[in-house]
Amino acid sequence: MSDLEQFRAETCAWLGANCPEEMRTPMKRETDGCWGGRNWVFQSEAQKLWLERMAAKGWTAPSWPKQYGGAGLSRAEDKILKQEMKRINARPPLLSFGIWMLGPALLKFGTEAQKMRFLPEICRGEIRWCQGYSEPNAGSDLASLATKCEDKGDHFLVNGSKVWTSYADEADWIFCLVRTDNTGKKHHGISFILFDMETEGVSTKPIKLISGRSPFCETFFENVKVPKENLVGERDKGWTIAKYLLTHEREMIGDSGNLKPVAQMVAELGIIPDAALQAKITELTIDEWAFSQTMSRMLAEAKAGASLGAKSSMLKYYGTELNKRRYEVMMDAAGYDGLEWESERSNDGELARLWLRTKGNSIEGGTSEIQLNIIAKHILELPGT
Amino acid sequence: MGLLLTEDEKMLQESAAGFFADKAPVSQIRALRDDRDATGYSKELWLEMSEMGFTGVLVDAENGGFDMGFMAAGLIAEQMGKNLSASPFLSSSVLAATALKMAGDKQAAKLLPEIVSGKMVMALAVDEGGKHNPDAIQMTASPSGNGFKLNGKKSMVVDGHMADQIIVVAQTDDGLTLFVVPTDAKGLDTERTIMVDSRNAARMVFEDVEVTGEQVLGEVGKGADILNTVLNAGRAVLAAEMLGAASQVFQTTNDYLKERKQFGKIIGEFQALQHRMAHLYCELELARTSVLTALTALDKNPKSAGPFVSMAKAKLGSVAKLAALESVQLHGGMGMTDELDIGLYLKRIRVAQELLGDADYHIAQITK
Ligand SMILES: Cc1cc2nc3c(=O)[nH]c(=O)nc-3n(C[C@H](O)[C@H](O)[C@H](O)COP(=O)(O)OP(=O)(O)OC[C@H]3O[C@@H](n4cnc5c(N)ncnc54)[C@H](O)[C@@H]3O)c2cc1C
Repeated sequence: MSDLEQFRAETCAWLGANCPEEMRTPMKRETDGCWGGRNWVFQSEAQKLWLERMAAKGWTAPSWPKQYGGAGLSRAEDKILKQEMKRINARPPLLSFGIWMLGPALLKFGTEAQKMRFLPEICRGEIRWCQGYSEPNAGSDLASLATKCEDKGDHFLVNGSKVWTSYADEADWIFCLVRTDNTGKKHHGISFILFDMETEGVSTKPIKLISGRSPFCETFFENVKVPKENLVGERDKGWTIAKYLLTHEREMIGDSGNLKPVAQMVAELGIIPDAALQAKITELTIDEWAFSQTMSRMLAEAKAGASLGAKSSMLKYYGTELNKRRYEVMMDAAGYDGLEWESERSNDGELARLWLRTKGNSIEGGTSEIQLNIIAKHILELPGT
Repeated sequence: MGLLLTEDEKMLQESAAGFFADKAPVSQIRALRDDRDATGYSKELWLEMSEMGFTGVLVDAENGGFDMGFMAAGLIAEQMGKNLSASPFLSSSVLAATALKMAGDKQAAKLLPEIVSGKMVMALAVDEGGKHNPDAIQMTASPSGNGFKLNGKKSMVVDGHMADQIIVVAQTDDGLTLFVVPTDAKGLDTERTIMVDSRNAARMVFEDVEVTGEQVLGEVGKGADILNTVLNAGRAVLAAEMLGAASQVFQTTNDYLKERKQFGKIIGEFQALQHRMAHLYCELELARTSVLTALTALDKNPKSAGPFVSMAKAKLGSVAKLAALESVQLHGGMGMTDELDIGLYLKRIRVAQELLGDADYHIAQITK
């Protein structure tokens, strides 16, 4: 047996013995996942157990170094773990902006002290993060952000507001882009800081979405004092970190490789497609397959651990547009049944709400138009500003 | 071809535009939703629509209506689409009124005046599964005494949750037959379904619901002819409503592109976005033509209008959807918020798309 075969066998056996049965059932609702954090109330004993066991193994962030709470898995091992989890329909033990976004940025730009302080907590699901990037006047043009951060000697003082901050009302901490200098070009003078959402002067106001849910907020800062050691990287040079984090976010959002294929979702609804619907499903199946293979190819081509750079825009753009198409076809398939909004039969309109939620995929983390601009400029090297 | 509106039609269009913008703007459906209104529409509005003559737009003068034709009904529906005005117009004044008028029997003389006055709401129960499919009706009407017994189930009966009477399509030995059934009939179970667009329909289960011969609409076994025209009327009027909704959401988006600034520019300056809007403009113009053509064809000869109606419903099925999706995307984060009306348009268009046949259904009809 090769090392990888050995790893697969061990993984398979461990998961079989340690993944509670309840955690091998599909999540019925968007809200069924485990987000962790200081105030997290586990929805079941199984959910708690599953997180604890996976965290102890370092498998909530499998590719991170061991000393920070990960398992130091190679890309190949990480892939095997994913495959084995998928095979038994294991739910992810933890959904986490800390793992998807902040972690990779801290690993690259954080000080040793920052890594030791935050990463293990993230891996154990003990701290929940939100992302303070967008502002009312700085969306696509993120670098024009204006939240003010002044150096007050022994601390920073933050004033301003953010918008569309996902789960700000439930998060423990925020990673936040602030302006420390506004005298130069807009990309200069941005800093990347971390602070506790319970700090005095921080408040949030939920925004209701078209899906009827309120997963994101307006976030306000009024004379918020932030300790100086919470600055990540160099002052005024946070844009590099911000962009690096975005490429990870984009890969994550674009990653529909692990989503349930449309053909399977339609079958689970008990629908027997007619010719027109079948043609659409098959067309999507081709794209789902080609996309997930492309994703694997690009990751394999990139050096281990290296960021995909501008190519993450391709994955973000295509993956999110594909996901929107998938849910349009799901709605076509479900017909009248999928349009019910409140009934028990429809699980309170879960399909319709997911369909509506997917519309945000091509907006969050940088819109499709912005990804296309990046592709045109940085990959195709087409002229322009 | 009727592609240009007559003076009368223009006048009707103007008065409908003013009326719905004033009496039933988008804030009304939002309030009905938020208040969890038991009916999902404003009775006051419905009575005012009656005063305006809208409820009787397809009803002949003899029965108290104005007999203005399908084009007129479409023009009214377009304004309802623009404002997302909710009312039983489609179910009562279009579907039921057309069925009654075609049957032209005693029931018509009794019921049509009540539709016109707004006193009564009538709905059509045709579909049974998750998709529109009038060729797959399984509900049976079996002879029993002097009449029939109805057995089976119906889905997506628009306004069925608060209708007084419903027109039910069932199979008899000789073919399809239409029955008028009061909603309080014994053996009829009605479940209100609240849909994604905050409007309502019903699922209905019929268990030995007894009907007399008098309740047959038209002739036994000859329901298919009536049904065909009734459905086409509904489809064309729905397409007109979708045109109104799509045009409105398009306009809102175009306005936003002239306002929102990013990168020190008004986002409407970005050519990538200009082209998206210009493309949508072209599609909407074709959509408008297809709706006008379908309504004209219905007014000329309902029997031969089918392909034109299917073209319009298919075209609007894709164009109205595109208009709504583009609107969300081009508004960025704002487009995802419930605070803006875009989501309400997106949801209504999704439901209207599905009702009485989506684009795939109608493409298949034309291909036949
Ligand atoms: C579900 C969801 C979750 C989110 N979560 C977070 C979060 O946790 N934290 C956070 O900070 N932000 C979050 N966001 C915000 C998101 O990053 C912004 O909405 C996004 O960057 C777009 O900014 P905007 O909304 O201001 O749109 P705008 O920038 O105003 O864009 C409006 C339209 O103009 C287009 N446009 C803009 N510039 C150009 C150009 N140069 N060329 C062509 N087209 C252009 C856009 O593509 C868009 O279609 C979230 C958004 C959504 C929808």
